[in-house]
Amino acid sequence: MKRISISNIVISLVLGLLAVVAVFPFYQTLVLSFSTILDKKSAGVLIFPKSFDISAYRYIFLQGKVTNGLLISIVVTVLGTMVNMAVTTAGAYALSKKTMPGRNVIFTLVIFTMFFSGGLIPYYLTIQGLHLQNNLLVMILPTAVNAFYLILMKNFFSTISPALEESAKIDGANDLSILVRIVVPVSLPIMATITLFYAVDRWNEWWLPMLFINNTSLQPLQLVLRDAITNLSQTMNSTTGSQLAAGVQNVYADSVKSAMIVVSAVPILLVYPFVQKYFNAGIMIGSVKG
Amino acid sequence: MQNALRYKNGKRSWGAGVRRHKYFYLMVLPMVLFYLIFAYVPMYGVVLAFKEFNYSLGILHSPWNQFQNFHEVFGSPDFKTAFNNTLLISFGRLLIEFPMPILLAILLNEMRSSGLKRIYQTVFTFPHFISWVVLSGIITSLLSDQGVLNQLLEAFGMGKNTILFNNGSFLGLLFASNIWKEAGWSAIIYLAAIAGINPELYEAASIDGANRFQQIKAITWPVLRNTAAILLILAVGGVMNGGFDQIFNLYNPAVYQRSDIIDTFVYRSAFTDATGFGFSTTVGLLKSVINFALLFGANFIVKHGLKEEGLY
Repeated sequence: MKRISISNIVISLVLGLLAVVAVFPFYQTLVLSFSTILDKKSAGVLIFPKSFDISAYRYIFLQGKVTNGLLISIVVTVLGTMVNMAVTTAGAYALSKKTMPGRNVIFTLVIFTMFFSGGLIPYYLTIQGLHLQNNLLVMILPTAVNAFYLILMKNFFSTISPALEESAKIDGANDLSILVRIVVPVSLPIMATITLFYAVDRWNEWWLPMLFINNTSLQPLQLVLRDAITNLSQTMNSTTGSQLAAGVQNVYADSVKSAMIVVSAVPILLVYPFVQKYFNAGIMIGSVKG
Repeated sequence: MQNALRYKNGKRSWGAGVRRHKYFYLMVLPMVLFYLIFAYVPMYGVVLAFKEFNYSLGILHSPWNQFQNFHEVFGSPDFKTAFNNTLLISFGRLLIEFPMPILLAILLNEMRSSGLKRIYQTVFTFPHFISWVVLSGIITSLLSDQGVLNQLLEAFGMGKNTILFNNGSFLGLLFASNIWKEAGWSAIIYLAAIAGINPELYEAASIDGANRFQQIKAITWPVLRNTAAILLILAVGGVMNGGFDQIFNLYNPAVYQRSDIIDTFVYRSAFTDATGFGFSTTVGLLKSVINFALLFGANFIVKHGLKEEGLY
């Protein structure tokens, strides 16, 4: 490879520059969350951290709303992902059996929902009719299956050699125990990938709770954060000119908001590198057209 | 013995097939229930588009109202604005956002250092996993009055930015921030397609004297074309969506004029302005029908016009 030439360097540099641009907003938020009002006033431009002040974090954890939201989010993410994986894995495995009578009808009905829906209002009334308002289940049941992930998983299961299942069948295992004891263990890459996708989706859920949960003690972190951001811009809009000029209230609120953003992003940051190596492989195998 | 009976005459009966798969029906049952309750029951609810909704009577018993909702929707100037905005934003996305993951995948594929390539890919994929609630918090903080952009502008002696409150620049912000969030993620599927290419093709081409650009054109692009065609069909089938999560979390009354899309309009008319559930259902129904028609249209064009493999 003699062509490790100018074009290679240019490509690396261009992508490197883009990577810096992509990371900078996160970095800036992190810096802001550890900054004080004084830093901001004295520094002018806050690109490098001036101090390591944790008062914003102390503030949000002492104030019960964030701690409570965090707890709700963790509960919903854990329970929700378990429901997601159970329903999706079983459904995808059954749909991967082309010999099952009625399989095509079911699959078509699933695909159809990806392109056509009743819209917001009928959906809202349906969930209301099930009395799921102010119930944590509203963040778990209406999102039990994601058709996209279901298809990825189904396609992966289709690639498993039937010989594996048949040998277990001869030993007298039924299809359910074959799924649990043989199919799932040989499908770890796709299981890890889809678990990550679902967990992130549950963790990031804000729309359903915004519509159906008005009891503040049941609100997940995303919603607490959303309210904080909305309220902040409202206070910003309503503050008088002199206060804005002094920039006092503003900046402190900014570090609190940043601290909340960091708290909500850290769990994803922690899990992401471990699962990332799986998901490239998982998507590649799962996206084989089938 | 039982199997021998089932397969007599070389054919298995339908009933036997069902019985043989009984555990699979058990497995598929929760999923089927989920789709019935949360997708097909609401689909029945679109009859509300033809009714005057009354809370105490419910969907079933509310009275029909002779296309009154449709007259109201088509007579509403706000709907017209939302409809036009949705089209404008979606076509902007197709034009500006759609090619980005393809370019990114090609560039990443051209990188020789696999370690650096991995780091870049990690960085570009990460924002996909962060919600629009959080991202919009970050964006508004960067662009706010005291944000880092204004600090920089001030340091260079320039005036303050009003990106968030200006109709034109807000659209640019929508495109740019969505590229930031999704381009790296969408590139994965193209990278997967590229990974299937036999490396010997590149070697042979370079022996024949093809330069890098010629190799991309002759080897990489033909493989990406089909993936791009399928993703384009899906994107066209979502033209009426416009990106609710992003816009709902980022917009403000100052930019409604250009950024209010059908979905945000439906939400506000149902829950903030209380225009009536019949009205909002009608708007939602129109949106779904147009999306569905566009999906079929795009698939037809790709299949018969461009002679590519379509979606179905």
